[in-house]
Amino acid sequence: MSDAVVPHRLEPNAQASRSGPGWLKRALDSDIFYSFRRSRMTMVAAAVTILFFLLAIFASQLSVQNPFDPAQLQLMNSRISPLWTAEGQSPFLLGTDEQGRDVFSAILYGLRISLVVGVLGVVLAGTLGITLGLIAGYFGGTVDGLIMRIADVQLTFPAILIALLVNGVAKSVFGNRLDAMSTLAVLVVAIGLSFWVQYARTVRGSVMVEKNKDYVAAAQLIGLPAPKIIFRHVLPNTMGPILVIATINLALAIITEATLSFLGAGMPDTMPSLGTLIRIGNNYLFAGEWWIVAFPGIALAGLILSINLLGDWLRDALNPKLR
Amino acid sequence: MLAFTLRRAIQAIGVMIAVGVIAFSMFRFAGDPVNQIVSLDTPAAEREAVRKSLGLDDPVPVQFARYFGNAVQFKFGVSYQFRQPVSNLLMERMPATLELAACATVLAMVFGILMGVYSALRRDTILTKFFQAVSLIGISLPTFLIGILLIYLFSVTLGWLPSFGRGDVVRIGWWTTGLLTLSGLKALIMPSITLGLFQMTLIMRLVRAEMLEVLRTDYIRFARARGLTTRAIHFGHALKNTLVPVITVAGLQFGSVIAFAIITETVFQWPGMGLLFVQAVQNVDIPIMAAYLLMVSLIFVTINLVVDILYTIVDPRLRSTISRPA
Repeated sequence: MSDAVVPHRLEPNAQASRSGPGWLKRALDSDIFYSFRRSRMTMVAAAVTILFFLLAIFASQLSVQNPFDPAQLQLMNSRISPLWTAEGQSPFLLGTDEQGRDVFSAILYGLRISLVVGVLGVVLAGTLGITLGLIAGYFGGTVDGLIMRIADVQLTFPAILIALLVNGVAKSVFGNRLDAMSTLAVLVVAIGLSFWVQYARTVRGSVMVEKNKDYVAAAQLIGLPAPKIIFRHVLPNTMGPILVIATINLALAIITEATLSFLGAGMPDTMPSLGTLIRIGNNYLFAGEWWIVAFPGIALAGLILSINLLGDWLRDALNPKLR
Repeated sequence: MLAFTLRRAIQAIGVMIAVGVIAFSMFRFAGDPVNQIVSLDTPAAEREAVRKSLGLDDPVPVQFARYFGNAVQFKFGVSYQFRQPVSNLLMERMPATLELAACATVLAMVFGILMGVYSALRRDTILTKFFQAVSLIGISLPTFLIGILLIYLFSVTLGWLPSFGRGDVVRIGWWTTGLLTLSGLKALIMPSITLGLFQMTLIMRLVRAEMLEVLRTDYIRFARARGLTTRAIHFGHALKNTLVPVITVAGLQFGSVIAFAIITETVFQWPGMGLLFVQAVQNVDIPIMAAYLLMVSLIFVTINLVVDILYTIVDPRLRSTISRPA
């Protein structure tokens, strides 16, 4: 920023015009938006991510059939190759699978499930981790020691192993006949329990710094209850790093769900996520029907890559050292 | 030093006991073990007899002590699906997993270090950009997709490499190895690449970051001032100092490699412990799940302990901070 600009910004007129349009203007003027506009890769990644979310939200409007409804599937239409190949048939843009399921529709519905599990998993992990981190950081002592020891131990085990164990135990407790919706819930819990540690550690770290600041002492002096101080005053000051972790964790959660489903411990064939679709398609790879596995694979890879790129950018943009 | 080692060892044992409690609760409370053994029309009296013979009538602490005592002797009960002792199944499968994990780690170390050093020394070449693209893919593509892609390329399209199994193995005592036969080696290539790619990415990024940092330090500047050749500075001084954290990370990662082998083994139908575990999860075979958890934890905890202790031996700076009372 050049010196000439600074006094200009302090003029009363400029001030007035800046405060006029409200939060949108403020957001567009912010450092973060500036760094967003500077990176073309990030803009592409954001556009792709938004596109994926839109595809998932409007899945039922965009697809030619409901792939979860067996009545709409016709075996006559099975194993049709994509539209642009010699044997392609309209309206099956990306071909069909063994059961006559339109691959494009299945991807849209699968995307919806993958995103729902991913987002809910991240929300659960975040809620759990943030709460435990706040408690550990604010109160310290034995509670802190206990929570952090559990976190240490869990951190040595890869998330996928924990998620698989949670899944196996749930199956054994509820019996092997869980319906699709309960499986979805089990997946969310498995992901939530696998990823809370990072939030807890980060929040605890920031809280330990924040709680020694004057505003916390002031809040304690006027007699605010601890939960109110923690959630209303300390928590907002720790949100930056949490946002970064949440973005990167969304990609990880989607990978974990896809992996579980691929391993046959996730979503069932009747209500497939992207991972289930890849597992099903993998069986037809040797028969030369590459499109059944390729397109769900590309969708999954594109989704994860764009979310990861967004996460990387967010981490750099929110890091004051790199400004 | 001794006090530190002891404290770490006690911590490690504590972790193992905690994992043991989890494994035992899974074994005991997640579903009724009796139901898994008897058939649906077994009379109640017979069920009771089975219950008694398994010792499920005893108080829970006694049962836990017995379970733990058995686990220490590598007795994990009988698998529900295979009707065989779990320890036999695990021992049979272990060489396959360890061989795969070792190959993947070696691959990741060699290529990760080479690529990391290159991209730190030649920061703006096309090859560096390419390596960075590869590392982004290594992090973003799920393991199973990489495996499927390799199978499609080299097995389905080109027909060069087998898509599943270990090939021919040679038996040496209780250990089986695929390293001594051509088909065994060919079968090892794709699974090792799939499993090692993520670690390779990690090591490459680490080496690059460490190299860049070391190259900025004063002693490197001093070495330059002394007129040492660039080669001696880069490889004799900079790389050597980079390798300590790299070896630590690679060591610590070996446990995750074994755990991640679950996915690779499923894609390539590799007859290791991971495949056994996945089948156990699918078929709710709790004894295998509990035993696998214990085995993997043991490997993890041991590696962590060894690395921690080695680290203090290798790096004298750490030793001085540890011996000081905290």
